[in-house]
Amino acid sequence: MHELSLASAVIDTAVRHADGRRVTAVHLRVGHLRQVVPASLLFYFEHVARGTPCEEARLTFDEVPARMRCEGCDHGWVLDDVQFRCPACGSAAVEVVAGEEFEVDWISVEQLEESCTA
Amino acid sequence: MHRVKVRVVEDALDANSTLAQANRADFDRHGVTVVNLMGAPGAGKTALLEQVVADGLGDVRLGILEGDVEGSLDADRLARLHVPVTQINTAAGFGGECHLDANMVRSALGAVALDELDLLVIENVGNLVCPAEFRVGEDARVMVTSVTEGEDKPLKYPLMFRACDVVVVNKVDLLPHLDVDLELLLHRIDKVHPDVPVMVVSGRTGEGIDAVRHWLHELHAAKAAVRA
Repeated sequence: MHELSLASAVIDTAVRHADGRRVTAVHLRVGHLRQVVPASLLFYFEHVARGTPCEEARLTFDEVPARMRCEGCDHGWVLDDVQFRCPACGSAAVEVVAGEEFEVDWISVEQLEESCTA
Repeated sequence: MHRVKVRVVEDALDANSTLAQANRADFDRHGVTVVNLMGAPGAGKTALLEQVVADGLGDVRLGILEGDVEGSLDADRLARLHVPVTQINTAAGFGGECHLDANMVRSALGAVALDELDLLVIENVGNLVCPAEFRVGEDARVMVTSVTEGEDKPLKYPLMFRACDVVVVNKVDLLPHLDVDLELLLHRIDKVHPDVPVMVVSGRTGEGIDAVRHWLHELHAAKAAVRA
């Protein structure tokens, strides 16, 4: 259910960067650990975008796998189960290297021909 | 008219983070330590607070900011214990927001006498997902889970179990009546958030509440020491 709030945050960010222009596409990078349900995010995006410059925009995203690194033994692994202890040495001092992203990577906007401010 | 691609590369929740930092600066300026209390509806967040408030926190002056979708039932319960309580209702949002964000907390701060407080507990809306996404300017995040919710919750809601600094396992007085395996629950909490401090308590009988009080004291003392 957090997808509603996330969709609103995405639209706010996109609209700010669009700077008055109409947005035709929004691309996100979504970390695996953010537990985002794609269908749900798409649904809310369409709903919240109504009446905003994102109204016609297509939402796409890349999922970023959760990559971990052990601060003790430097072992690196991709998380596919919710096992956050280091599988090599059992240490709890582990770092999430990737997988917590929820960022707007790029947007596509409509630009008037005579303007070259992009 | 043609289309151009604009590189953004910005955390979509940056706006919230900026406001959370502004809240944090206000709290710091007043010397107030802030705890964001999170957990599922019915986990016993308010009952835990009632127990903590009942015997007080010694010379630490406690206030509560109570977040709910509707009504002031929790705030009324706590106000009876003569602790300053401010209510935030999120129903004014998108048909009732399911969490507090930094802006909602910011707009409520005018009603909180920060000068008269040392510790502010923000009781978030009951929810195991959304509050984990939105920082509000807190120093620490406490998550309450109750044994009646079952052993599987850490595995189902890792985002929340990882977003907190301490986990309070509540309602242990009910263990004799349940099939739930406390050791398995503790094991799974550790699996999702290795070495996170865990306090096992009963908001009903008061078992384990001293540890929570002690933890709150230490948190405030540590922050006061940094400021000094």
